[in-house]
Amino acid sequence: MKALRKYLDRVKPNFEPGGRLHALRSVYDGFEPFLFTPATTSSSGVHIHDRMDSKRTMTIVIVALLPCFLFGMYNTGYQHWLASSATSFPFWELLLYGFLAVLPRIIVSYVVGLGIEFIVAQWRNEEIQEGFLVTGILIPMICPIETPLWMIAVATAFSVIFVKEVFGGTGYNIFNVALVTRAFLFFAYPASMSGDKVFVATEPICGLGGTVADSFTGATPLGQVATGEPGAQLVDVVGRHLSDWHCFLGLIPGSFGETSTLCIFIGAAILMLAGIASWRIILSVFAGGAIMSLIAHACATPTYPASYLTIWQQFCLGGFAFAAVFMATDPVTACRTNVGKYIYGFLIGVIAILIRVYNNGYPEGAMLAVLLMNAFAPLIDWCVVQSNINRRAARLKATKQ
Amino acid sequence: MAEKVDFKSVFFNPFSKNNPVVVQVLGICSVLAVTAKLEPACVMGLSVIAVLAFANVIISLLRNTIPTNIRIIVQLVVVAGLVVIVNQLLKAYAYDVSVQLSVFIGLIITNCILMGRLEAFAMGNKPWPAFLDGVGNGIGYSIILIIVAFFRELLGSGTFFGVQVIPQWCYDAGYVNNGLMILPPMALIVVACIIWVQRIFNPDLQEKQ
Repeated sequence: MKALRKYLDRVKPNFEPGGRLHALRSVYDGFEPFLFTPATTSSSGVHIHDRMDSKRTMTIVIVALLPCFLFGMYNTGYQHWLASSATSFPFWELLLYGFLAVLPRIIVSYVVGLGIEFIVAQWRNEEIQEGFLVTGILIPMICPIETPLWMIAVATAFSVIFVKEVFGGTGYNIFNVALVTRAFLFFAYPASMSGDKVFVATEPICGLGGTVADSFTGATPLGQVATGEPGAQLVDVVGRHLSDWHCFLGLIPGSFGETSTLCIFIGAAILMLAGIASWRIILSVFAGGAIMSLIAHACATPTYPASYLTIWQQFCLGGFAFAAVFMATDPVTACRTNVGKYIYGFLIGVIAILIRVYNNGYPEGAMLAVLLMNAFAPLIDWCVVQSNINRRAARLKATKQ
Repeated sequence: MAEKVDFKSVFFNPFSKNNPVVVQVLGICSVLAVTAKLEPACVMGLSVIAVLAFANVIISLLRNTIPTNIRIIVQLVVVAGLVVIVNQLLKAYAYDVSVQLSVFIGLIITNCILMGRLEAFAMGNKPWPAFLDGVGNGIGYSIILIIVAFFRELLGSGTFFGVQVIPQWCYDAGYVNNGLMILPPMALIVVACIIWVQRIFNPDLQEKQ
């Protein structure tokens, strides 16, 4: 640690105005506080500063994502072993396989996203913000494991530029950057984002894994529901029945990090204990989803096979839980007022299930629901604030009379 | 009425400095609708140039006889007549394209650029400058249409006027056309990029902060 600090101090003059590497100043400014808490304090005035700065917030979100991430690694390996009709499932090999499968995707997403952030920060003479730390890991987690790397690069570049930087950088974006990346992929390259081949890794990596049989069916449970007979049993990649318990644990084909509802709940607990994510939003998303599922279940028709799913299945399948915990609670794009948070979350839950059930073309609606409500979040806040102002004005009037 | 009109600026201003699409932000909906391919975009651009030029001339000739109260109606009648002619010509000589453009040729009538130029320019200027203004604005509109259509067709279909330009080995190596480019939202984003680039080169168009 000491050596690192010394090294940083030694190279620092190069990055200051007049130094050789002044053009890379923002890169240095980004890395130094990433490694060490800045020692500089403000010299005038009173500044009360919470230790809960955005660096710490981001770090806790990363920690909360870790269970999902580790499970995603295991599940990627598990699905691959299953598809290559293996009989034994060596834990560490599965984990390593999953890690190797996801590693290039993480690298691509970070290199592209941070690269653009660094360039823009340098160009605008601003400091680099920590915002991409979480986005960069979310992107591989919400994409199918077989998404080609160049697609991730294109989509990441698109959303970092058009969703974040044009609005002014971290903290100014209207839409969730990671979700826009996924939406871009979903609409631009639909063949690589849905169907029954993309959710299971098929290639052996570094000698790990086997050859996958041609006939495996890697459709996600939600995909099976959308295309199958109403009430048909959900099956895994080799055609065995999937119980609700499997779906809750997450041993199902799906996007990398979102299959395990259990791990998502662990992440939610971490976020709520640390006070990062708003429990109001998480709770109301699930409430909205539950009510909409009940309604859909009560008037279930064979035209919309997903309407036969129970509340429990609606929560466990697809990205609903992940969106509720990690996407809807993004403090930048969500509502700020407490009343607004309830409305915002509730509508996300309702719309997610609505799209999932009544639009067979989109087996998963959580992404679109969160993006739609992102657009409405400022309006909801405005209405809440205005109604508050009006109420107090009326009260003032009443006391004066 | 008597002020001197600079023919050159009347003709060239709409190309960039006073472009109807990216500066005045008029006629956006047809930009979204017809720019998925280059061919319909070019035909649409030509139609708008023709309609706008002749409508400008006709209105300019009539400008002193049109009663102010009903001027919008007169303008609409003139434009509608021209649009019908263009539509019939297209159906006769370029049927496939007219099918692709479908309702959007008819909707030239409601294109804001038309009414804007007639109201703002043709009603107060002589026929020759009005003609130049019509052609200039039509070309300004067409330029944007063609740029947008070029990128949307190239990235969305991998073609240029229907001819495949992205080589087959790219597809074999895993390249996939961007389906989002075919959808209208991408036209808005491409227009936004054009506006962005144009503002960089014309700092006087940037809004004050």
